[in-house]
Amino acid sequence: MSALLSVTNAHVAYGKVEAVRSVSLEVGQNQIVTIVGANGAGKTTLLSAIMGIFPLKGRVAFAGQDLSRLDIEDRVAMGLGLVPEHRELFVTMNVEDNLELGAFRIERSRAKASMERVYTTFPRLKERRKQLAGTLSGGEQQMLAMGRALMGEPKLLMLDEPSLGLAPIIVADIFRIVTELRASGVSVLLVEQNAQAALKIADQAYVMELGEFVLSGKASDIAANERVAASYLGFQHEGASVI
Amino acid sequence: MNTTIMLFLLQDGITNGAIYALLGLALVLVFAVTRVILIPQGEFVTYGALTYASLAAGQMPGTAKLALALGIGAFAFDMFAARKALHGRLVLRSVLTNIVLPAVVLALTITFAAQKPPVAVCIALSLVIVAMIGLYLYRIAFQPLAHTSVLVLLIASVGVHLALQGLGLLFFGAEGQRGPAVLSGSFTAGALRFTGQSITVYGITIAFIVGLWLFFGLTLYGKALRATAVNRLGARLAGIRTTLSGQIAFLLASVIGALSGIMIVPITTLYYDSGFLIGLKGFVAAIIGGLVSYPLTAVAALFVGLVEAFSSFYASNYKEVIVFMLLIPVLLLRSLAAPAVEEEKD
Repeated sequence: MSALLSVTNAHVAYGKVEAVRSVSLEVGQNQIVTIVGANGAGKTTLLSAIMGIFPLKGRVAFAGQDLSRLDIEDRVAMGLGLVPEHRELFVTMNVEDNLELGAFRIERSRAKASMERVYTTFPRLKERRKQLAGTLSGGEQQMLAMGRALMGEPKLLMLDEPSLGLAPIIVADIFRIVTELRASGVSVLLVEQNAQAALKIADQAYVMELGEFVLSGKASDIAANERVAASYLGFQHEGASVI
Repeated sequence: MNTTIMLFLLQDGITNGAIYALLGLALVLVFAVTRVILIPQGEFVTYGALTYASLAAGQMPGTAKLALALGIGAFAFDMFAARKALHGRLVLRSVLTNIVLPAVVLALTITFAAQKPPVAVCIALSLVIVAMIGLYLYRIAFQPLAHTSVLVLLIASVGVHLALQGLGLLFFGAEGQRGPAVLSGSFTAGALRFTGQSITVYGITIAFIVGLWLFFGLTLYGKALRATAVNRLGARLAGIRTTLSGQIAFLLASVIGALSGIMIVPITTLYYDSGFLIGLKGFVAAIIGGLVSYPLTAVAALFVGLVEAFSSFYASNYKEVIVFMLLIPVLLLRSLAAPAVEEEKD
């Protein structure tokens, strides 16, 4: 079986600075794959480039199709979804409108059913459905961003730092929902600074340092790796309070 | 000044203000969605008005030919942009909207122009012609620049304005024109005389504002337009094409412009270059609304209309000066309220 997403030898540059160098990765059907690494390693840049926000040199294929000539909107239509780090919500519109627009390209009758599913997954959003997105708490905004992406019926959902700045209880909630997504047939590519939590739920993992993958393999093996434990997992405990 | 004169000026101010409100709303919409400051809005007014007046006088308006020419240009741009991934459906759609549609409208215009069509037909044709011009202009002049800065877009906008004004002179000549009233007849209430035309202006303005409000509040496409205005990247990630939003915004703006022109031309003689000044008054209102607030823009537009009416009574030589001076305190206040405005980067 071929991978759902396969990135081969990708380079992403900001002007002259190469933020991502010779990166290859695969996400299979019904898998959670995580990319862990320190701040500034190029994880967000890589996700944005896979989505088509930045130009990427190299090959990106999704569901067997080459993405290089497709723009963001085409990739969305193919079933690629991104929940960006800054969430990019429609802050002056209410929760329901945000969700409805997430299904902009989906048939109206199916969108209705999707919205019910999103409300079941995130009951908080249902309570707040007439509230403006900008007035939600950070955790609720993250849920809304995920909900909006799910409304587009993605086959692969890319999550960029979903736990950033959120209380531990909400983080646990979000990680639980990510595992539920895998069970319902959505693959996940998860970028996280919270390596410990990410490695716990992931199937495969990549470790990124200064724009390159330095380590990859089964998530459980990566979590057991001494070097990773020293530089990310230990660091994470101190870092958590800073965030 | 006695009460009668004051009532007259009020009425006059509100009639003009209603039109400025429509134009101002269109400017805010286009800016919010595409970041283009739509200087050619005034040309949409002129084109709408003079196309209508020409048709009503049994003349063939050149704008119908311009629409076809721009349509062919837009088609060429579509094909060039999609050259690496051409497929039948895309070509067919582009041919239909960019070539077949303006060709059919041109044929209709030629047929009708010869036989002095009824007012309703003139209005419909004028609106469709100007709407197409707006749509194709977006494709040709603004869509390829969509990723550039506000300043580049502004310069493109000035260029389009100058080109359209020159073409206006070519199409309609230097002579002014007047068109037939949309609704004839009048009635008096106390000292005030309401013409059918001024009632039309109020009615259409209110209907349009309510219509826009419903469109933005209730329909998926209206919400998509708002979403693009609020967060461009977020909208793209939801699968909403920026170009689709831009097209809808330009379509609405050109229809609003043309409609305003059609409402004004029975009241005032319009020349090929009259639209610019009318558009600028809508712009003053839009600036007072900070280029973001629809309600503030509408209220400001009424205020601009009233200031204009009263200053034309007291100091008619200075009426434009007085209206544009309104901008100075507004800009001062806004610059104090928001000391550093950074250029949007995306």
